[in-house]
Amino acid sequence: MVKIVEKEQIAPNVHSCTIEAPDLARKALPGHFVMVIPDKYSERIPITLSDWDTEKGTVTIVFLEIGAATQRLAELKAGDDIYSFTGPLGMPFEIENFGTVGLVGGCYGIGGIYQAAKALKSKGNKVISYSEARSSFLLYWNNKLEEASHEVRYSTVDASLGSRGHSHDLLEENLRSGEHFDRIMAVGCTYMMYKVSLITRPFGVKTIVSMNPVMIDGTGMCGACRLVVGGETRFACVDGPHFDGHQIDWDVVLDRRRAYLEEEIISKERW
Amino acid sequence: MREQPPEERIRNFDEVPYGYTPEEAIEEALRCLQCKNPACIQGCPVEIDIPGFVKFIAENKFRDGIVRLKEKNIMPAICGRVCPQEEQCEQVCIVGKKNEPVAIGRLERFLADWERSQGEMDIPRIPAPTGKKIAIVGAGPAGITAAADLARLGHHVEIFEALHEPGGVLVYGIPEFRLPKAIVFKEIDFLKKLGVKLHTDTVIGKIKSIDELLKEYDAVFLGTGAGLPWFMNVPGENLNGVYSANEYLTRANLMKAYLFPKYKTPIIKGRRVATVGGGNVAMDCARTALRLGAEKSILIYRRAREQMPAREEEIHHAEQEGVIFKLLSNPAAFHGSENGWVKEAECIKMKLGEPDESGRRRPVPIEGANFKVQVDVVIIAIGNSPNPLIPSTTPDIESSKWGTVITDPKTGKTSKKGVFAGGDVATGAATVILAMGAGKIAARGIHEYLKTGVW
Ligand SMILES: Cc1cc2nc3c(=O)[nH]c(=O)nc-3n(C[C@H](O)[C@H](O)[C@H](O)COP(=O)(O)OP(=O)(O)OC[C@H]3O[C@@H](n4cnc5c(N)ncnc54)[C@H](O)[C@@H]3O)c2cc1C
Ligand SMILES: Cc1cc2nc3c(=O)[nH]c(=O)nc-3n(C[C@H](O)[C@H](O)[C@H](O)COP(=O)(O)OP(=O)(O)OC[C@H]3O[C@@H](n4cnc5c(N)ncnc54)[C@H](O)[C@@H]3O)c2cc1C
Ligand code: SF4
Ligand code: SF4
Ligand code: FES
Repeated sequence: MVKIVEKEQIAPNVHSCTIEAPDLARKALPGHFVMVIPDKYSERIPITLSDWDTEKGTVTIVFLEIGAATQRLAELKAGDDIYSFTGPLGMPFEIENFGTVGLVGGCYGIGGIYQAAKALKSKGNKVISYSEARSSFLLYWNNKLEEASHEVRYSTVDASLGSRGHSHDLLEENLRSGEHFDRIMAVGCTYMMYKVSLITRPFGVKTIVSMNPVMIDGTGMCGACRLVVGGETRFACVDGPHFDGHQIDWDVVLDRRRAYLEEEIISKERW
Repeated sequence: MREQPPEERIRNFDEVPYGYTPEEAIEEALRCLQCKNPACIQGCPVEIDIPGFVKFIAENKFRDGIVRLKEKNIMPAICGRVCPQEEQCEQVCIVGKKNEPVAIGRLERFLADWERSQGEMDIPRIPAPTGKKIAIVGAGPAGITAAADLARLGHHVEIFEALHEPGGVLVYGIPEFRLPKAIVFKEIDFLKKLGVKLHTDTVIGKIKSIDELLKEYDAVFLGTGAGLPWFMNVPGENLNGVYSANEYLTRANLMKAYLFPKYKTPIIKGRRVATVGGGNVAMDCARTALRLGAEKSILIYRRAREQMPAREEEIHHAEQEGVIFKLLSNPAAFHGSENGWVKEAECIKMKLGEPDESGRRRPVPIEGANFKVQVDVVIIAIGNSPNPLIPSTTPDIESSKWGTVITDPKTGKTSKKGVFAGGDVATGAATVILAMGAGKIAARGIHEYLKTGVW
């Protein structure tokens, strides 16, 4: 049980929630996630740690209202308890001095890349972030991201901010025009990460994607989160969730995603 | 023992055997010969004074009986239900030479259930605090037993559990109809009454390392179990509708998918469910599938019925309930529909060849005898090994090539000073009572270490 200290709708259907968890705040690294059960009857769902404050002893998650569990979470207010909150889980991002790094964030991934941007910048990388949404009013954390990165490039489907289309379209354009990246990291919906991996492959840019398969326990016990990476079965919750996008067997991923097709349709409508 | 009739019970998650009435229990207890050299005690991994507690039942002194029982076993309601008695205490019972052995497990269950029906449980006297602090990692049977024994010695004990509920496999794996969860929680309540502090939602190796624990605590016990599921590595295993036993049972038990939609975790119910394997875990899956509404629950096992590792009682219950056994068969591949859902298991027919290292005759494929089974859910229940999370973050804890933590069987000591281990993490997947036995041994080892400081 943990207490919510702050709760905010930061864009339509997108919420940020700050939780009192001093131990967790001390251990959190960019790329870690938590398993959350909003109330006794809800599912256990994985959510990325988007931000944390060691001094205040708090961590912040950003989530998209999709189905029963995230809706329940969205209903909770400051002062309420979250039934179960476990982390940090997964392996953090590899943070080194790579050179120029492109960070691609979509949906909850805009929050998901924020701490990575900060950490990469302090390691001396040139950090270029890509943030996208259907329209400018659906974007969030623009200021935070701009502060954490050297440059933020926006894409919106309706061209209300930045370039028209998606981040992966813009990234492809940038690569084609000869811009050099030493590494690309993408966090967000499966389809976006798949597209990014396809786009960067011919340019030979190492691409790390933050996979989001269904998870039950998040500790390596159920196998629900299994993926095929480089021909081997890996568990996203303990071996990942970050993998080389060029090594992932995307056919398996996309087929397994179809189990939750309905959810995809809903989230597409919203985004 | 009276049971729910099969046609009824496959439609609910209530317990199958009803348990003895006091009269039935006394009658059964009177069958015990009160042997001078009781063989049964040697058959019990925790050496319960079996004739002792049975005699109290026969004399209608249930309170004395439960006290005697709990001296050695703090979870009698659980062991009485899930212990493989037929291979342990009851197998060597002298009465069993000519007749049915004394039903030791059922009598154990009777006493524990009787105690629970009386309301509050007695709390044993706890000696003055020793000032020593012990961290227990994992709230399964091994961790719970070690915690209870150490608390009763006056040590300060805290348990760290990764999941949101304590109990380990007792809660996430073994289904409600075999072991009602209310019973497990009651036994854990007892632990809290002993003053043991429980931290759920705490994954050791992540939020705290073993080395960090050792700074705060005088000793650490690892009872993290064997929760890493094995897959078969055959084509089609990643299709939708293919579950590991752990996922299937965790959804159903821990997350209570059988109470959907009150509890929100979904489970794909399936009309034709195939379970691969022949152990207790496989039986639990096949029987859970029926209760979730499967028209056909098919068990695919590569050896013959005689070689099945599951308890006889479980195999028998599964047969009674209508689980279809496809023996001497092994899946070679799973085939899917266009949208990636499993629809067919392609199996190879096997025959028994020469014995292998386990002494069981090795199954060998019969050429050209493949057959297909239509399915819409497949559950892989072929085994588990220890989760590598702690060993991989604590390299100075030595593991075997099977991933089990190496311990001294007499003390539970690992290769790392101050760290003890026991249960499935040390033996690989075994039984509840062996895990409890290991917890006991380690508790003794820890107590000795804390007293003498000698490693
Ligand atoms: C490592 C990781 C990090 C994540 N980080 C975030 C985050 O920071 N913010 C955020 O909003 N979301 C994040 N997600 C996705 C999030 O877990 C899902 O949105 C959530 O499980 C949906 O639950 P629901 O009950 O609201 O939806 P439902 O509509 O009930 O979902 C139906 C079923 O689909 C599954 N499911 C649906 N969508 C997803 C998905 N994208 N990923 C996994 N399972 C899904 C659910 O488990 C459920 O069984 C993350 C996923 C992973 C694996
Ligand atoms: C479906 C099924 C049916 C079974 N049926 C029977 C039966 O009928 N009879 C029988 O005798 N045995 C049976 N068994 C076997 C028996 O349940 C196990 O042998 C026993 O539970 C092992 O106990 P344990 O304490 O070693 O581990 P577990 O019960 O596995 O408990 C380990 C605990 O440690 C926690 N943990 C793991 N890693 C960490 C970490 N890093 N930090 C914190 N906590 C952690 C886990 O979440 C878990 O709660 C069955 C097993 C299964 C799966
Ligand atoms: S604990 Fe198990 S082996 Fe020991 S007496 Fe009870 S049922 Fe028999
Ligand atoms: S061996 Fe059988 S008859 Fe003898 S004491 Fe034990 S339970 Fe009773
Ligand atoms: S979520 Fe269960 S193994 Fe990864």
